[in-house]
Parts: sequence; C-alpha cells; structure tokens
Amino acid sequence: MTLMTSLEHVVTAAQHAEIIENNETVMICCGRMGPMCLPVYDAMDELQEEYPNIKFFDMLFDSPEAAVIRSAPECAGFMGLPFTMYYKNGQVVKATSSIQSKEQIKEILDEKLSL
Amino acid sequence: MNTKHYDVIVLGAGPAGLTAGIYLSRAKMKTLLLNEGMIGGQVVLTHEVANYPGVENISGYQLATSMKKQALSFGCEIKQNIKVSKLDLSSTTKTVHVGDDIFTANAIIIATGGRSRELHVTGEDSFKGRGISYCATCDGDFYTGKDIIVVGGGNSALEEAVALTTYAKTVTIVHQFDHFQAFDHAVEMAKKNKKIHFILQSQITGFYGDEKLQHVKIKNLKDNTISEKSIDGVFILIGYQPNSEKFTEHANINQYGEIPTDLKMATNVPGVFAAGDIREKQIRQITTAVSDGTIAAINAIEHIQK
Repeated sequence: MTLMTSLEHVVTAAQHAEIIENNETVMICCGRMGPMCLPVYDAMDELQEEYPNIKFFDMLFDSPEAAVIRSAPECAGFMGLPFTMYYKNGQVVKATSSIQSKEQIKEILDEKLSL
Repeated sequence: MNTKHYDVIVLGAGPAGLTAGIYLSRAKMKTLLLNEGMIGGQVVLTHEVANYPGVENISGYQLATSMKKQALSFGCEIKQNIKVSKLDLSSTTKTVHVGDDIFTANAIIIATGGRSRELHVTGEDSFKGRGISYCATCDGDFYTGKDIIVVGGGNSALEEAVALTTYAKTVTIVHQFDHFQAFDHAVEMAKKNKKIHFILQSQITGFYGDEKLQHVKIKNLKDNTISEKSIDGVFILIGYQPNSEKFTEHANINQYGEIPTDLKMATNVPGVFAAGDIREKQIRQITTAVSDGTIAAINAIEHIQK
C-alpha cells in the first residue's frame, strides 16, 4: 500500500530502518491523501532539487507497517496528520504534527538536517 | 537579477487563477501564474466535490490537478510555492518581484483566495496538531471516545460537529453569538444530536496543556466571566479570510479584506483585475470562482488589446 504522490514511498518497517541507517539525512512524511498532508508532499517534492543531500520519502499512515512512525516516542501527543519525521545519522532530530508550509519545512531542514 | 515580460500575470492558482490561466494561454497570451502555496488553493482542502457540473464526484486535489494540467497544456507557465516580495501595480507595466526574479506584465489578475481563519489566542500555535485541528475529516479519528470542542457557528462548524460525533464521546459547540449563521437544516441536525452540547455567546481565550492540549479558557461574552474546561481536542472552523494583505497599498480593499470589482472583475487600478474568493462577492463556490476567472481573463485580454 502506497500513497499517490511523486515521492519515493516507504512501504515496510524494515525498509524504513534501512533508509535511516544508510542515509545521513532523511525526511519522511507519514500521512494520507488528505488536505493537511497533500501540501506537505507537494513542498517535499519541490525541495528535493534544492536539498540533494537529503532523502525525501512518504509513508501511508494507515499501513500497519507505519507503526514505526505512529508509535515513535517523538510522536506522543500528536493528534493531527501528517506526522513528519526528520532523521540525521539514524536518529530522530525533529518531528512535527499537522500541516507545515514549505517555508516551515525549509527552516527545519536548514536547522536540523544541515551537514 | 532576471527580468521576464508577460502579457498577463495571475497571482494565485486556485480555481479562479487556474481558469484565468486556461483562458489566457488558450488565447495565446503569454501568461505566468504565480502561487505562494500549493496549486489548487482551498479546493485541495475539499475531500469530495460533488456539485461541480459535469463531474459527478471528484476530490478537490484531483480537480485542481486536472485544471493545472489543462492550463499547462495551453502553454501557461506556473510557479508554485514562491514568495512575492514586492509589487508595483500602479504603472502601465505591472511588476512582481519573486526573490531575484522580476516579472512584468501588461495586466494582473489577483486570485489569491483565502485561508482558514484562526482565533489568534494564547497557545493556538503550540497545540496545532497536538489537540487543535482545522480539518475534521483529517483528524477526527484521533478523537475516538474523547471530548472535543468545535468552534464556530457556520455550516462547516455545525456539519463537521455532527460528523465528529461518529468518533467523539461529546462535542461542544462554542460560538460567539446567540444564534448560528448555518442553514436551518444544519442547526437542526446538530440540535437533534444527543452527543452535541452548546456554549453560546462565548469564545475561547486560551489553550493550555503539556505535551498536548488539556484544557481551554472560555470567556462568557454576556457577563465577561472566564471559566476553564478540560478538553481533548478543539476543531476551529470559523470560516476563511481573504489573502489580501499584500494589496492594501495597491488597490481598494473593503473592511473584510476583500477587493471590490466591477462586473468585468476590474479593480480601481487600471489593468488590475480580481477573481475568486479574494473578491467582494456574495457566493463563494468553485463554480463562482471559475466564472470570475473567465471574466477576468477575457477582460484582461481586452485591456491589453485596447
């Protein structure tokens, strides 16, 4: 099960683990095809060119495999889609709940995922 | 610094802006569509569009994507997620600055639409996604078996309050007036629902909690008393406000932030047109935005060819 976006999809928890282990900086947006999620995928798609060192992915929130994000301690208290995770060297360095603008995402990328 | 000239620049890419883009580019006008957010505007916030003539059922995202493809197919240039830093609309040649780029045009169509209105009270930013939501269909299932508040008294607020009772244990509608702006049938549906309670002539003055929202302060507008209410979530559904801040120095704007136009969608500034939700008008629907975009485009062409 995947989302209908132009981003690369994370489908399984094993794939998720492999991605964050093998890439220094990763952003994963875990959501549905809903109004709060679509603008985030869209912004990520555009940011791929601007941030070639960061790997951008999405993951379907309702997939059982997405428990790896839904149940992450950083997401405790999250009550709004999408759950967006930022990883550096295999660790979560930032997590956000609900819609974020391209500018807000860029701020996080510059602050948390710069090499 | 790069400068590029167009026949028409359309600011905003919701249904009004995209329709203008389709009509202009199909008429062989060199057209640039600039959008600060995602293509589609508020339409992408609609899960299901069921009243767009000729299309029985479509998601807002699909409809907007289809309009975008249509505009691109006629040669319209589209730049999204950009930031307009400076405008000059008073000269015959209009200028729009986007970062280091300068775009000029013989006419401008303002179709920047609106955005969800916020309460602008203590804690609203901190608890966004942690108890505060602006989209019932997106986040409703997080509140299964919980107590929530819906703020607002319009159709969206009352209809979503009823929809949220599918998940929530109780839904309390907090509204600043003693009556609702919603249609009678929406009010009736809400009043009939046993899970829905009402706190009228009141407004939320602050959101409080630790990791997530735990309680709100509510001011009674009749006697100015403030009470606290424990709550798991609050859905803020108080309508939309026009994205007109950028134009306050450039065109007439009414007390509601809308741009008045004549029947040709012309503003008080020659060569500047407005279309869609940004415009002073009675009915805000996708169909009326599309109509505005069409009229603005045709009259922008006429203005250029004078």
